[in-house]
Amino acid sequence: MSTSSVTAPATPLSDDEVRLLRADFPILSSEVQGHPLAYLDSGATSQRPLAVLDAERGFATTFNSAVHRGAHTLAAEATELFEDSRSTVARFIGADDDEIVWTSNATEAINLVAYSLSNASLGRGGAAAEPLRLRAGDEIVTTEMEHHANLIPWQELAFRTGATLRVIPLDDDGALRLDTLSEHITDRAKIVAVTHVSNVLGVINPVDQIVARAREVGALVLLDACQSAPHLPLDVRALDVDFAVLSGHKMLGPTGVGALYGRRELLEIMPPFLTGGSMITTVTTTEAEYLPPPQRFEAGTQRVSQAIALAAAVDYLTAVGMPRIAAHEAQLGARLLEGLRAIDGVRVLGADIDLPRIGLASFDVTGIHSHDVGQFLDDRGIAVRVGHHCAQPLHRRLGVTSSTRASTYLYTTEAEVDAVIDGVAQAIDFFGVHA
Amino acid sequence: MTSGDLQNLYQELILDHSRTPHGFGLRDEIAAQSHQVNPTCGDEVTLQVHRADDGSIEAIAWEGHGCAISQASASLLAELAEGLSVDDLEVRIAAFREAMRSRGKIEPDEELLGDAAALGGVSKYVARVKCAMLAWVAAEDALHKSA
Repeated sequence: MSTSSVTAPATPLSDDEVRLLRADFPILSSEVQGHPLAYLDSGATSQRPLAVLDAERGFATTFNSAVHRGAHTLAAEATELFEDSRSTVARFIGADDDEIVWTSNATEAINLVAYSLSNASLGRGGAAAEPLRLRAGDEIVTTEMEHHANLIPWQELAFRTGATLRVIPLDDDGALRLDTLSEHITDRAKIVAVTHVSNVLGVINPVDQIVARAREVGALVLLDACQSAPHLPLDVRALDVDFAVLSGHKMLGPTGVGALYGRRELLEIMPPFLTGGSMITTVTTTEAEYLPPPQRFEAGTQRVSQAIALAAAVDYLTAVGMPRIAAHEAQLGARLLEGLRAIDGVRVLGADIDLPRIGLASFDVTGIHSHDVGQFLDDRGIAVRVGHHCAQPLHRRLGVTSSTRASTYLYTTEAEVDAVIDGVAQAIDFFGVHA
Repeated sequence: MTSGDLQNLYQELILDHSRTPHGFGLRDEIAAQSHQVNPTCGDEVTLQVHRADDGSIEAIAWEGHGCAISQASASLLAELAEGLSVDDLEVRIAAFREAMRSRGKIEPDEELLGDAAALGGVSKYVARVKCAMLAWVAAEDALHKSA
C-alpha cells in the first residue's frame, strides 16, 4: 500500500547502541528543572551530535572562504567541500547532485517552487517555461493535513495567478480522503503539494496513490519530506515525485540550511526565485542571463558551513543506518501510542488511522490545555511541543485548538517514552480533572 | 514530585478560577470590545468593557478558550475591574504587565491587584507570560478603542 520502505525488516537499535549514540549528543546529558532532560521534541528540532559541530568548526578553522568565486587555495577547497556536501545530501535521498538546491529551510524551498511557477506565469523563463504557467482555471492541490509551510505558499500562488486552490480533505480519524483523489486532482491540476509524513499525526501517507493520480492528469508533485527524510529511508526517484523539500535542523543538522530536490528537466526550465550574485552568466544594466541549475536558484552568499554540517549529519545518519533508525522509532512510536491510549481522558490524534507511522504522537487531554500539560512535563525535565504545530486546519478538522506532541528520534530511549506516558497520567491527577 | 515553582504557578486559587471563571459570557448590549489571539497556541479571548453611567467599569465580560493560566487570568481581571475607574484599571494593567515581564523579579502588588497577584508565579516562565497577559491586553485595547 505505501511505498515507504519502513516495513523493510531491519534490526532496531539495541539499548547499548542507543546509550553509545547518546554520548555523541552533549545536550542529552544536561538537566532541566533539576531532572535529567528527556528530549521528546525532535519533530520540531533535533539535537546535534559532536560530529556535526566538529564539521562546522573544522570548516571555519581550516577552509573558511567564499565558494564559487576567487581562485585562491582556500576558495577552491571550500567550493569542493560545499559541492561534496551537495552530493552527500543527493545520495541520501536518491537524487543526482545537480538536482539539489540549497535553501535556508524547507519553507524557503517550497516558496522557491511557488515563486518560480509564479514567475513562469508572468512569462519569465520564456517558451521553455510554458508547461509551468498557471492561469485562471488551473488548479493547485494541497491537503487539509499540511504544515502551514506547505499551505500558505500555495494560497498565495493561487491569489497571484488566479488559479484555484483545491484541498484534499481528511476523514474523521484524520486520514487523507484518498477516495476523493480523482475529485480533487482533476485534469486542471498543475501541481499537487502533499506531506510525506504528517508532523502532527506521524502517519506515513501513501504517496504512491497520490503520485499515480497526479500522473494520470499530468500534474507535478511536491513532497514535503521534513518529517520523513530524518526518520525513514527516502528515495525520491522510487517515489517518483517532482520536488521534495527537507530541513537540516530536523535531521541532526544546523538551523539555517535546507534543500530542495527538483527533477533535472524541471529545474532546467524553471525561472529563478531569488536573484542577484552567483546565479548569472552575463549581466548588462538592463538584463541578465542565468546559470543552469542548481546555481540558478542559489543567489547571494551561500550557507556554506551549514551545508557542510548538514552533510556531516547525513553521514552520521547513514552510518547508523536509516532502516535501523526507522525500526527503532517504529518500536518507540508503538509504545508511546499504546501507553497514551491506555490513559483515561487522553485522545491521541489520528490513532485509528491504519497506516505505518514514525515515532511521534500528538494528543489531547480532556479538560487540560496542551500548554498546561507541557508545563507539567517540563517541570519533570520532559520537553514536548504544545500548540497547533503549524497545522491549524488539521487541528480544527479534528475538533481541537491545540495538542501536545511527543516525538522521538534515534537517541530516544524507552525510559523517556515511559516518562512521557507517566507524566501525562500524573498531570491528570495534578490538575484534578478526575477529582 | 512537582516543584515549588509549579505548585506556585498552578495555585488552587488559579485552578479554581480556570474551572469556574468570573465574568464568562459576552453580553448583547453595545460595549467596547477586543478580540486577541495568541498566535503560538491559537488561544483567544473576546472581551467587553461595560461602563456604568458615571463612566466607571460596571463589568468585564469575556469568552474564550485557552490554558488554565489564560482562563484564570481573564477571570481574575474581571473580578478586579468591577467598580474601578478607567484610570484605576489602566494603572493596574500597567502594574500587572510590569510584574509579568519581570522574570520573577517583581512580586505583584497585592493591594493593587488583589487575587490577581496570585499570577505572580507566571513571570518565571517566559513562555507563559503571553497566556497571562491575553485578557489584560484585550481590556487595554477595548479601553483605547472607546477613549
